[in-house]
Amino acid sequence: MTTPSATADQRPQAPAGRARPTGPRALLDAVGGQNLILLLALAAVLALFGSLNLNYLSWNNIQVIAEAATIAGLLAVVQTVVIICGGLDISVGSQAGLASVVSAMVFTSTGSSALLGMGAAVLVGAAVGLLNGAVIIYGRVNPTIATLAGLAAYKGVAQLISDGRAQGYVLGDPLFVFLSRGRIAGLPTMVWILLLIAAAVHVLLTYTDIGRNIYALGGNDTAARLAGINLNKYLLSVYALTGMVAAVAGVLLTARTGSGQPTSGSEGLELQAITAAALGGCALKGGKGGIGGTLLAVALLGALQNGLTVQGINTFWQNVAQGLLLVAAVVIQQRRGRERAVGLPA
Amino acid sequence: MTAPESPPGAGPSPQPALGLAAENVGKTFGSVRALHGVTVAFPPGQVTALMGENGAGKSTLLRILSGDHRPTEGEVLLDGVPLDLSSPTDARRAGIRIIPQEPEIIPHVSVAENVYAGSLPRRAGRRLDRAELRRRITADLAALGFDQVLDPDLLGSELTAAQRQLVEIMRAITGTVPPRAIAFDEPTSSLSENEVEALFALIGRLRDQGIAIVYVSHRMKEIFRLADRIAVLRDGTLTGVLPAAETDERELVRLMVGRDLAGLFVRQDVATDRVVLDVRGLTTDDVHDVSLQVRAGEVVALAGLIGAGRSELALALAGDAPVRSGEILLGGRAVRLRSPKDAIRAGLGLAPEERKAQALFLHRSIRDNTSLVSLDRLRRRRFVKRTAEKQLAQEYADRLRVRAPSIETEVRTLSGGNQQKVVLARWLARRPELLILDEPTRGVDIGAKAEIYQIIADLARDGVAVLVISSELPEVLGLADRILVMQNGRVTGELGRAEASEEVVLALAMTDDLATGPRTTDTDATTGVAR
Repeated sequence: MTTPSATADQRPQAPAGRARPTGPRALLDAVGGQNLILLLALAAVLALFGSLNLNYLSWNNIQVIAEAATIAGLLAVVQTVVIICGGLDISVGSQAGLASVVSAMVFTSTGSSALLGMGAAVLVGAAVGLLNGAVIIYGRVNPTIATLAGLAAYKGVAQLISDGRAQGYVLGDPLFVFLSRGRIAGLPTMVWILLLIAAAVHVLLTYTDIGRNIYALGGNDTAARLAGINLNKYLLSVYALTGMVAAVAGVLLTARTGSGQPTSGSEGLELQAITAAALGGCALKGGKGGIGGTLLAVALLGALQNGLTVQGINTFWQNVAQGLLLVAAVVIQQRRGRERAVGLPA
Repeated sequence: MTAPESPPGAGPSPQPALGLAAENVGKTFGSVRALHGVTVAFPPGQVTALMGENGAGKSTLLRILSGDHRPTEGEVLLDGVPLDLSSPTDARRAGIRIIPQEPEIIPHVSVAENVYAGSLPRRAGRRLDRAELRRRITADLAALGFDQVLDPDLLGSELTAAQRQLVEIMRAITGTVPPRAIAFDEPTSSLSENEVEALFALIGRLRDQGIAIVYVSHRMKEIFRLADRIAVLRDGTLTGVLPAAETDERELVRLMVGRDLAGLFVRQDVATDRVVLDVRGLTTDDVHDVSLQVRAGEVVALAGLIGAGRSELALALAGDAPVRSGEILLGGRAVRLRSPKDAIRAGLGLAPEERKAQALFLHRSIRDNTSLVSLDRLRRRRFVKRTAEKQLAQEYADRLRVRAPSIETEVRTLSGGNQQKVVLARWLARRPELLILDEPTRGVDIGAKAEIYQIIADLARDGVAVLVISSELPEVLGLADRILVMQNGRVTGELGRAEASEEVVLALAMTDDLATGPRTTDTDATTGVAR
């Protein structure tokens, strides 16, 4: 700032051209700095635990990691969209739990119709998501608070309708069995579902005008409104989508455990989802982030968790590690974004 | 840096001057120079008025004096001794106080706690000493003569605008360090007549105590009543310091605005008779009974001071503020604009005042920022046609000469002028019939300014109706085929190109302050647009 004339005026004066960087620079641009760091971290984690335990890198264990990460991964994918919008949904875990119970109970009460069970779960997910969106938009409630309320309330509803117990037994049904143990081209069905939904959301965000508008409203809501974007419509839709994908995660939870689970298996998923999104490069202020980074972060978290378990490290320590990771991810982000510290002069 | 022109009766004196002074102070924000080598003294026991157009650098100078900004060059002196001000606290310790235009009041605590915030009396264990607080506020209120108008138990949120101002003044005057210099930033803008009188009496007393007073205002009447000396800024440069007794309004206006930008403007006469925008008696929460027309190929400027309601009018036209009464016709058809989307569909575009806050997506590329309002024309079944999008963004980046490595560059890395061009590119790409440009050259260097003027001229030649809002008078005069002047949410006058001059426009923009009564009646006659 001390050499005024040597700033913006001295920047490249060529009109915006089509110049393309080449060599390693091009690779970095294509992958993205944040993603490169994640890849390196993932490689480091794999190398570390792989050297400590030879079975860690076996194809079997890698599939175990992938399966275990699927449910949190689905939630992380939609959390990414919510965070890009400038919102936050900490009720995703409770939504998944509610959907899990609903899928199993409808399955049982309709005489073992897996499709009806799953359909009902997704419908309930959409309704709950719309409710979140409506409270945030029309009640003008801060998204964190609104979904914190949802975190408690949806868990409560799941416990009420299930009486707090696991519901039904679904693994007599071929469709549920296929979801939980099936394979397509050597990969578990669950992992395919994650990849499919992640790919669909990625296409939505990157290649459609809907995605552009989502980035726009998260990046600068005033500017988005003045550019003619209907903010309410988009926010409602995003929260509804979140509810539906959380319901898919709930159905997978039912399939994995064999019955509808009001809380077990879904509690704490919101933390994993938000951590993955933040590690993956989503700016918590909105407007920035992508599915690629989130998936890498999901893989990193999954590999880390599995490695710690394989090494016999106490799950209490795993919780501590997860909390530290979330803080570290956000601190790195703030530094990179040159966020002005609170209370310090410019 | 050489010292600026030093008018007689001012300028740096050889021996160390008493009071507050800025010595050769300059400030640069990014590529924009807000202040150039300003040297001005604020002697003790005198009221020095600081005048200048919007954006002339008054606020920047105040912020430097108060330690809120660090000068890029030069020094702030107190009694000839350079001060090292790196925060407002440093300035406070040195005895420099600023009364901001918008008082900062903590809403949920009492007047007493607001006044002494940061240095509340306390007893052992850091507990608030309520008895001492009560004693202090009662004594201070009485000493300042505010005891009748300010109840110390009121909460911050319950105060009127004038009372909020009083709290700020008490903050400035009380405290352990006695004030040496106090700056008032347009203090009367929210005060009633009686309150203004009380404030002036207080300022008089402070002056008589030997405090240096800096008084920023647009209002000539007040300045001639109050000021001993008048310093005028223009474009970040000091254009004169005059004893109040030896000058008049004419000279001040000339010092404030007289500059030659004429060479930058493109003079053409391409206005047609086809009325694109016809506003009849538009009233919203902020503007009252506004009627205006803009024709195809015509550039109409909205002039006025900040807060005159021009940006609010623009937002209402862009569908972003509810219309209470009146109607808007586009191309002869009455339209109801319930959202910006409606306005864009109807062929209207707005490049808003605050480009970073209201228009740009700083972390997105030039391409994304450009195509955003044209996506409905660039998509096939909701998929954005990449090639077409790139072509569009490239075409307008080239046409507007946006200087960046590529159209994939993030907008936050661009200079102010290039950012503004990206905003313009967005709307040009949309090809609206009416384009509203709110302060299109704010914070833009002179080269980019000239380019933006050329863009506006090109738009008009292509038959676009252009409504420009600008607080810079030379720009208003240079660009516009017709000028509408606003004040307090109303149109106070309309001027053709021939009859417009900076003095006339400024007079209309400050009508209420220069003369009251007769003016307001004859302005009604000028609001109707000639058909």
